Amino acid sequence: MKILVCISQVPDTTAKISFKEGNTVFNTDGVQFIMNPYDEWYALVRALEIKESQGGSVTVINVGPAENETVIRKALAIGADDAIRVNAVSSSALFIAKQIAEVAKAAQYDIVFTGKETINFNRSEVGAMIAEYLDQPYISYATHLDLQGKTATIVREIEGGSETLEVDTPFVISAAKGLAEQRIPNMKGIMTAKKKTLKVVEPIAFDDISFPVRYELPPSKAGVKLLDADNMEELVRLLHEEAKAI
Amino acid sequence: MILIFAEVQNKTFKKQTLELVTYGSKVAKMLNTSCVVLVLGEAENAGQLGKYGANKVYQVVNDHLNTFDSQVYTQVIAKTAEQIDASVIVLAHSSTGKSILGRLAARFNAGSVAAVNTLPSIDGNSFEVQKTVFSSKAIATYSIKSEKKILSLSGNSIAPEILGNEVEVELLSIDVPAPKVRVKEVKKVAGIVPLPEAELVVSAGRGLKGPENWGIIEELAKELGATTACSRPVADTGWRPHHEHVGQTGVAIRPNLYIAVGISGAIQHLAGVNNSKTIVVINKDPEAPFFKAADYGVVGDLFDVVPKLTQAVKDFKSK
Ligand SMILES: Cc1cc2nc3c(=O)[nH]c(=O)nc-3n(C[C@H](O)[C@H](O)[C@H](O)COP(=O)(O)OP(=O)(O)OC[C@H]3O[C@@H](n4cnc5c(N)ncnc54)[C@H](O)[C@@H]3O)c2cc1C
Ligand SMILES: Nc1ncnc2c1ncn2[C@@H]1O[C@H](COP(=O)(O)O)[C@@H](O)[C@H]1O
Repeated sequence: MKILVCISQVPDTTAKISFKEGNTVFNTDGVQFIMNPYDEWYALVRALEIKESQGGSVTVINVGPAENETVIRKALAIGADDAIRVNAVSSSALFIAKQIAEVAKAAQYDIVFTGKETINFNRSEVGAMIAEYLDQPYISYATHLDLQGKTATIVREIEGGSETLEVDTPFVISAAKGLAEQRIPNMKGIMTAKKKTLKVVEPIAFDDISFPVRYELPPSKAGVKLLDADNMEELVRLLHEEAKAI
Repeated sequence: MILIFAEVQNKTFKKQTLELVTYGSKVAKMLNTSCVVLVLGEAENAGQLGKYGANKVYQVVNDHLNTFDSQVYTQVIAKTAEQIDASVIVLAHSSTGKSILGRLAARFNAGSVAAVNTLPSIDGNSFEVQKTVFSSKAIATYSIKSEKKILSLSGNSIAPEILGNEVEVELLSIDVPAPKVRVKEVKKVAGIVPLPEAELVVSAGRGLKGPENWGIIEELAKELGATTACSRPVADTGWRPHHEHVGQTGVAIRPNLYIAVGISGAIQHLAGVNNSKTIVVINKDPEAPFFKAADYGVVGDLFDVVPKLTQAVKDFKSK
C-alpha cells in the first residue's frame, strides 16, 4: 500500500489564545506548536500499522512554512518514510486541499489519510475536498480500518452510533479516536528521521476565496451563582425561570 | 436561490433540519430570493418543511440514495444547485454534512465555511459569517469572496420557527450513480437523542470514582430527558463508551444545558462544552477551574448533591 498522511501544525491544546494587529492575526508569542492530535495519534499510526503488516510506504505531507519542519520531522521519527512540504502559508481549506491533491494526483496513493479536523480551525473540510479533487470516495470520522487486499472495512462515527462499510482503494479517509493508539518516537526513530527525505515543493497558484478576517474571544461569563446542596429546588427554579433551560 | 440539503433519518426530519430550513429562509430574505429545500430519499411529509420557511421542496427518490456515499450525494446536490442556480448552499454540520461540504466547495470552486453559528452579515458584495475556532476558545469572522457560497450550520445555533405553510413536493428526476461505498451495518443507540443534537446533557468525570456509580447520573439524565456524556479519562478507562466523551478530542457540543458532575474543567474538556448556553457545575472542590466557566455551581459531594437535584427535578415536573 502506498499511503499519504496529511499532517497539520496547530497550537498546543493548552495554548493561551490571543490576537494582534487589531484582532486580525493569531498571536503566536509564547505558543507551542504540535502536530494536530488526530493526524499524529490516529491517522499516522494506523498508516504505519498498515505498512508494517502489508508492506508499502508512508509519506507525510504538510502545506506550511519552513517553521513546520519540526513537526514534520516528528512524523518521520514516529516512522513515516519520507515527507513533502508544500511551501505556502494559507488558512484556506480549499487552497490546502488543492495543493495536496496536486501532489497526490501525480503520485497515485492507495489511501490518503487526514485527521477528522484541525483543533485550530475545526473545519473537517480538507479531507472531503481532496477526495473531490481526486474523484475518490471519502470516509469521514473512521474509528476502525481493516484491509483485505484492495478492500477496506471501515467503521465510522455517526450521530448516536456507528456505520460499518466496505470500500475499495483508492480512497480518502479521516481519522477519529479509536483508529489507533498514540506512539511516542524513540531515540532510534529520532536519529533516523534526520536522514529521511523532506522534499519542499512550491505551491501552484490558487486564489483564497474564503478566509478569516477578524477574531474575538468568546464573551466571558457573568460569574457563577453558587447554590447550597440542600436547596436544589432553587437551582431547578433558576434553570427554569432565569436560564430557560428546562 | 438558497439551497438547503435536508437530511432524512428513518423517513423523518431531525430538529437540526428544521433549524437549517429556518436559517435558509432567513438568508433568502436577506438576499431577496427564495429558499429551496432538497430531500434525498424517502421521507414522510416533506411538504411540512414549508412551515419552517421552505418556498419549494424538491425530492429525489432512488435506491442509490438509501445508504450514504458522499460522492453520490454530492453529485445529486450539485446537479440540483446547478438547475436552480443556487448562490448559497447550506448543509448541517453533521457526520453527513461534513462529508459533503468540502466536496461541494472543491467541485464548484466555491468559498466554504464549516460550522457557522450565526446568520451571515451581508453588505453589498461582502458576505461574512462567524464560527468558533481554536476549539471554542475564540470566534472568527470569515469572509467569502466567491459567487457561490457553501456553509454548514452548527446544531442549536438558531431555533426552528414557523414561517409559512406546507408546500407541495416536486419529485426531481436526476441520474444517481451507484455508490462505491457499500454500507453493511448502521448501529444506533435506540431512544436517546445523540449527543451532538442533545439540548440537555448530564456529564460526569473522574469524581464519580467508578462505573458502578453511574446510576445516579443516568437517573438525573432520565428525569430531565437529557443525554449523558463524560470526560476523557472516563472513556479512556472504559467506564463509558467513547462516543460519550466530550471535549477537544471528543465530541464538541452546544446544548442549552450542560450539567458537569465531578469534572475538574480542564481546558481540553472546556473546549468541547463551553458553547453550552447554561453550565451547571457540581464539584466538591471550590477551586475546581470549571466554576469559572459555570453559570450555576454547587460546591459539595456529588453523591449527596446529585440525588437531591434529581428529586428536585422530579418535584418540579409533577407540579
Ligand atoms: C491533548 C489532550 C487532549 C485532551 N482532550 C480531552 C477531551 O477531549 N475531553 C476531556 O474531558 N479531557 C481531555 N483531556 C484531558 C484533560 O486534560 C483532563 O485530564 C480531563 O478532562 C480530566 O477529567 P476529569 O475532570 O473527569 O478528572 P479530574 O481532573 O481528575 O477531576 C475530577 C474532579 O472531580 C471532583 N470530585 C472528586 N470527587 C468528588 C465528589 N465526591 N463530589 C464532587 N466532586 C468530586 C474533583 O474535585 C475534581 O475536580 C485532554 C488532554 C490532552 C493532553
Ligand atoms: N496545512 C495542512 N497541511 C496538511 N494537511 C492539512 C493541513 N490542514 C489540514 N490538513 C489535514 O486536513 C485535516 C482536516 O483539517 P480541517 O479541514 O482544517 O479541519 C487535518 O486533520 C489534516 O490531516
